[in-house]
Amino acid sequence: MGKNMRAAVVVFPDSNGDRDAKRALGTLGIGARFVWHKESSIEDVDLIVLPGGFSFGDYLRTGAIARYSPVMREVVRQAGRGTRILGICNGFQILTEAGLLPGVLLRNRDLLFLGRDVWLRVENNATPFTNAYAKGQVIRLPIAHGDGNYFIDDEGYKRLEGEGRIVLRYCLPDGMAPNGVAPNGAKGDIAGIVGEKGNVLGLMPHPERMTEPILGGCDGRGIFDSLIADLLSGAAGC
Amino acid sequence: MAESEFKTKFRAKVTVMFRKSILDPQGAAVERALKSHTAGDISFPEISSVRVGKVIELTIDGIDAGADAGSVEEKIKILADRILANPVMEEYTVAVEPL
Repeated sequence: MGKNMRAAVVVFPDSNGDRDAKRALGTLGIGARFVWHKESSIEDVDLIVLPGGFSFGDYLRTGAIARYSPVMREVVRQAGRGTRILGICNGFQILTEAGLLPGVLLRNRDLLFLGRDVWLRVENNATPFTNAYAKGQVIRLPIAHGDGNYFIDDEGYKRLEGEGRIVLRYCLPDGMAPNGVAPNGAKGDIAGIVGEKGNVLGLMPHPERMTEPILGGCDGRGIFDSLIADLLSGAAGC
Repeated sequence: MAESEFKTKFRAKVTVMFRKSILDPQGAAVERALKSHTAGDISFPEISSVRVGKVIELTIDGIDAGADAGSVEEKIKILADRILANPVMEEYTVAVEPL
């Protein structure tokens, strides 16, 4: 199904979701290879995954040091030419530090590391990452982070909202999203956003950890199914 | 010798704090602890605000003779902007002294 899709999973020192991502891609038939953060080019890929973890021990700030790894120059270049970039958890933090996505991930409001399943509402399904879901669909994915409190100034927030770039919001199991429902304090209860061109997604929850029944559910498969469908539709390159 | 008139070794101290507009939950937790009696028999309820930041100390050695604290500070500020602080959420001050 996804056998024609080629993906790279970047590995930073202290990445820990790299294998999860590669396995998830593999179960969907997507050929994925690891790329060490010191490499400076990533050839022939449709998708680059920046995985979860604690790159460089989260020293200084989450993602702050990884953002200057040699591979990030290539990630920025690929993002510019339309390659799909998926930043999960620490990958999302790295994308904001690198300036590929606006805003920043602050320490969780209650200072606690949160490791549990959350409910999310698909706010925009017209993206390469979410077309396999219905708009407003409620899905369940795990989170595992200490710094997932998304922050952006009011002007930036309005812009994200206006441009439909808020892709996932934390919500209740019934899909209601009363203000402040995010477990980490995220502004506007934002769990995931896309960049200006729509080909870069950053999200705090882990879709790759919800792709097989043995993991507790398959709600995360939609992200990867969407990417495959998007590629098949020939929309790649925006 | 003229060379000895110039300092070539400096210490820079970069203080990084959350912007005022950013909630600092760590500072708030420390404030609550300071106001309560959790710190043994000492309390100081008049403390009205606590913010937690970080200090990064850099030692600079062996740069061109003739460099002054001002030019070192300019360079450190560029680094602070790019990596030591994230201007989206933090602000910083730089203090440079010759050693």
